[in-house]
Amino acid sequence: MEQVTFKEFYDFLLEGKLLGLKCLDCGAYTCPPKAVCDNCGSRNLERAELSGRGRIATFTTTYIAPAGYDKEVPYTVAMVELEEGPWIVGRLEIENADEIGQDLIGEEVEIGGKEYPTEMFYPDKKRRVVPVFRLLRTF
Amino acid sequence: MDKRDVAVLGVGQTRFGYHPDKTLVDLFAEAFYEAFSESNIELKDIEALYYGNFVGEMTDGSANLSGFIADEIGLKGIPARRYEAACASSSVAFREAYLAVAHGIYDCVVVGGSERLYNAGTAIGTRALATAVDGLHEMTAGLTFPGVFALAARLYSKKYEVPMDKLHEKMALVSIKNHKYGAINPKAQFYNKFGDLKVEDVLNSKVICSPLTLFDCCPMTDGGSAVILASADFAEDVVDNPVYVLGTGQSGAGGLFRQREDMVRAIPRKKAAEMAFKEANLTPKDIDFVEIHDCFTIAEIIATEAMGFFEYGKGADAVAEGVTWIDGELPVNPDGGLIGKGHPVGATGTSQIYSVVKQLRGEFSYNPVKNAEIGMTDTLGGDFGTLVNVILGIHRRR
Ligand SMILES: [Zn+2]
Repeated sequence: MEQVTFKEFYDFLLEGKLLGLKCLDCGAYTCPPKAVCDNCGSRNLERAELSGRGRIATFTTTYIAPAGYDKEVPYTVAMVELEEGPWIVGRLEIENADEIGQDLIGEEVEIGGKEYPTEMFYPDKKRRVVPVFRLLRTF
Repeated sequence: MDKRDVAVLGVGQTRFGYHPDKTLVDLFAEAFYEAFSESNIELKDIEALYYGNFVGEMTDGSANLSGFIADEIGLKGIPARRYEAACASSSVAFREAYLAVAHGIYDCVVVGGSERLYNAGTAIGTRALATAVDGLHEMTAGLTFPGVFALAARLYSKKYEVPMDKLHEKMALVSIKNHKYGAINPKAQFYNKFGDLKVEDVLNSKVICSPLTLFDCCPMTDGGSAVILASADFAEDVVDNPVYVLGTGQSGAGGLFRQREDMVRAIPRKKAAEMAFKEANLTPKDIDFVEIHDCFTIAEIIATEAMGFFEYGKGADAVAEGVTWIDGELPVNPDGGLIGKGHPVGATGTSQIYSVVKQLRGEFSYNPVKNAEIGMTDTLGGDFGTLVNVILGIHRRR
């Protein structure tokens, strides 16, 4: 049984690598990592690097920020379906998401990481690493 | 083990809105004494307290509230416990209280909740609400609660092939309906306000998380609510109009990213509702009206589908066709819902119970559902993470 801590997950993300777990029983990928396979519940897992590519499943541009995030608005949060199946939440690097609208759904992206200052309630007290999605084509 | 029948003796709710001059304890106490005053019991009859609160630590610097509350309201020394399940806090508390009475642990208990989010201000309130998303992998991107439902709205539009602008027009009708009913509810945050909104008012209000605008969202609210529960035998001895708990259900899920496209089908809600229907020996067709967790317009639409009232993808049409309005086949949120009545998170679940009980007793004069005998509540905690459904009726379970 192998595991990936959240610190390792975000350390790798800052280097442009997406780390997850592959299930040796059912073959499914779990990303971000957790204690068991997200598909079958097995703990027979091995660490695996994912391709770091996926497609936008949905997104929203946030105009009203929670305390601690006010300097970052407006920002666009997206959910990306990874090539290997899992979905992850991150920020879409784009200025005009609302003008493009629903056409962004299905667009291919590449995943990286960007460091932000942490905030009072965030679990990592040193930094906040945000998964960042870059569109493979421009609009 | 066979469960005993359980009934509601009394219900109470504060006015929802802005309460800068009342603590979490005060708000609960006010709701409690309203419920107590109509229950025809003595304080010593109440054996336990079940209290729902979401973010007392962040809004009022207070945790460990249940013991303080029991002491303050005259229930010195009884077992008291706090439940936290985001917006479903007092619904989880209600279900636990119901199960304890049904299984004979107690004969009579009080359950309720209180919360002060309006008083906390928008920035703290938004951050506090966001503690109900995955604190690490979702919060890092700054995902907020309106954000969660904005993601769901865009996914719903894509999945069911309804253009986003057409969907938003139907979502606006949920806001119009619920504000219309909230505006005539004297206990609602928006009593006498926004009772005559137009689609353009909703679409053109300030964008919070695109595509959701201010009028797609419920407000930040301070308030309290309480319910006194007892075994049906106990209840029938002390009140003339007990309302019976016919069925309850609860289910859950991981973060939004674990639920993937299932988020728009709200699978935990489907499971919780099926559990409640099974226990009550009823089907969705038997339900006369529902108080549903409309924290955002799209949330009401998704809920009516997952609970089994409409097919997946058809909930938006139901509101457009009038089915969920007060004169329709299935009135949804005749009390104004979270959008019109307000959403004091930890108090919301038992305030839905309050509205259903009042409606079933025929005491809901300002927006009555005709001949209502069976009503249902639906409370969602977090990003589809905790779901609780409760079915109530004027006759014992068959
Ligand atoms: Zn597996």
